[in-house]
Amino acid sequence: MSNILEVKDLVVSFHTFGGEVQAVRGVNFSVPKGKTVAIVGESGCGKSVTAKSIMQLLPKPPAEYKQGEILFNGDNILAKSERDMQRIRGNEIGMIFQDPMTSLNPTTKVGAQITEGILKHKDVSRKEARSQAIELLNLVGIPQPEKRVDQYPHEFSGGMRQRAMIAISLACEPDLLIADEPTTALDVTIQAQILKLMKDLQNKTGTSIILITHDLGVVAETCDHVVVMYAGQVIETGTVEEVFETPQHPYTKGLMKSVPRLDQDKKQPLIPIIGSPPDLMDPTEGCPFFARCEYAMEVCRDHNPSFEYMGGNQHASCWLHHPLAKASE
Amino acid sequence: MGSKENTYEAVVTKEGREPLLQVKGLTKYFKVNKQHLKAVENVSLDIYEGETVGLVGESGCGKSTAGRTIIRLHKPTAGDVYFNGEDINQYSGKKLKQLRREIQMIFQDPYASLNPRMTVEDIIGEALDIHGLARGKKRKERILELLDLVGLDAEHISRFPHEFSGGQRQRIGIARALAVEPKFIVCDEPISALDVSIQAQVVNLLQKLQKQMGLTYLFIAHDLSMVKYISDRILVMYLGNMMELASSDELHENPLHPYTQALLSAVPVPDPKLKDRERIVVSGDVPSPLNPPSGCVFRTRCPHAMDICAKQVPEWKEVRENHFTACHLYE
Repeated sequence: MSNILEVKDLVVSFHTFGGEVQAVRGVNFSVPKGKTVAIVGESGCGKSVTAKSIMQLLPKPPAEYKQGEILFNGDNILAKSERDMQRIRGNEIGMIFQDPMTSLNPTTKVGAQITEGILKHKDVSRKEARSQAIELLNLVGIPQPEKRVDQYPHEFSGGMRQRAMIAISLACEPDLLIADEPTTALDVTIQAQILKLMKDLQNKTGTSIILITHDLGVVAETCDHVVVMYAGQVIETGTVEEVFETPQHPYTKGLMKSVPRLDQDKKQPLIPIIGSPPDLMDPTEGCPFFARCEYAMEVCRDHNPSFEYMGGNQHASCWLHHPLAKASE
Repeated sequence: MGSKENTYEAVVTKEGREPLLQVKGLTKYFKVNKQHLKAVENVSLDIYEGETVGLVGESGCGKSTAGRTIIRLHKPTAGDVYFNGEDINQYSGKKLKQLRREIQMIFQDPYASLNPRMTVEDIIGEALDIHGLARGKKRKERILELLDLVGLDAEHISRFPHEFSGGQRQRIGIARALAVEPKFIVCDEPISALDVSIQAQVVNLLQKLQKQMGLTYLFIAHDLSMVKYISDRILVMYLGNMMELASSDELHENPLHPYTQALLSAVPVPDPKLKDRERIVVSGDVPSPLNPPSGCVFRTRCPHAMDICAKQVPEWKEVRENHFTACHLYE
């Protein structure tokens, strides 16, 4: 199985007035061709920074890529010039942003926003680009696309704007689509529509998708692989089945227990993860989850565990899996 | 949870008791450019002491407006609200202030609902000052007691809101609501701005407080699995109208209204084994409340829509025991 994207040992920092924020601290993961990979984690865990690094959308300064490489089809994106990146953005890698209310240009017609990418990357006339835009709007399920193409974003509802965003990101048939919380701002019935649409489009075009989310339900329903991030690090990866059925890291286990299931017994209190994530301005040397972990040991305080193979497709970084550790459960 | 703490649940199941709060035909229109925005339309609900009623629906369905109108933050266009048997719409001045001691609210966004220029002591103390509940040394004692109750440290008392995380801020908001010892609290999406691992902390806190103090909650949310977990009964709203009301288990096992069925089916389940289950995906968007559809408001998206749905507003009726819905399918 070949990978369309490989992120290797990525370290990204932001230089701020208050000091250096180590937002991403050694992230490793890969995206197999034609698959959907979820990046899950709480706010501030570095999932959006990782995504924007792939697109090279972080302003430098304050951002700085300190280490690592991002291989897209074997080429290191971090070594590319801005000119080369412009050829890749929107063309080979597409992106869907979280908030459809703010990520569309309010003063430009939706059609023009879709054709912008097509005209830039492909050798087509304006007329052809327009008919492609209408076709795309039709593809993402917007009724009356001939009329809608000449409307402004404010004339669209939230769900329709997100559909328009998807149309823009798909305009040049990218090999990789990065969706940064594409449904967080939407209602559940609209969310179901959008997720179904993304799945259908993937079946049609074979695009690989990176889906960034904090909703475990969305992950379980739409993704093949999961990358769990915490405090700027990847703490567990694996297929959806592995990570949901046999989570190996205490943080992943905690996440699974803290969401109520529909079959949850109401007499049982939820099991929250105590405390809150560490400050990335001054992260500890040891395991980032140490302060909140119920299984924390002496070694966790000062030494960060390495990322170990757990069998199948699963990897996790936790000292509990060290041969010298006592069995956890 | 031990059996001793369950005393208030016993109250909930007792038959023939007087409701703490009675809402009758509550309607709230807003005037927008000479048109009426029908935010809440004819909502009736009884809430009993010690229970938690969940209020769910999509954004713009009027659930927050309903919550705010019930506690007189908005003046209703029509309808009555009785608290302890008294019509609170007739209240003004002193009586209204007194009512505010009985009814409190926890707001959605912990970043916007705390004054950034006030310390925690002043935020919580303000409620004590307004109602003249504690002064001087006693005031500080009471504030420390409240901080302890919601799981914050005594040293937090002199800090400002920006020094806290989202979950901690929500705890401050809860302490502020509890300061006046209310009986009834409207929780307007208290956890939707928080991270998953923090949500469970706040929900557990709300449940602990309910058991300790016998609080009654109206829990407004759009997260159905959390609402099911915390609520005794759930009211589903759509476009300002009541769609369905039942106990939370009954609603999840036998959803009657097509909208409830679609809403439940749309919730993503964190279990990959259920990935390929049959799902009802309703098409289209919520219509504008400025110009809602005639008859049943859900008919434009309903997979079972019939001719009668456009002509006649379905009647609110008890289809199963203690299970109400408004749908022509059940007539």
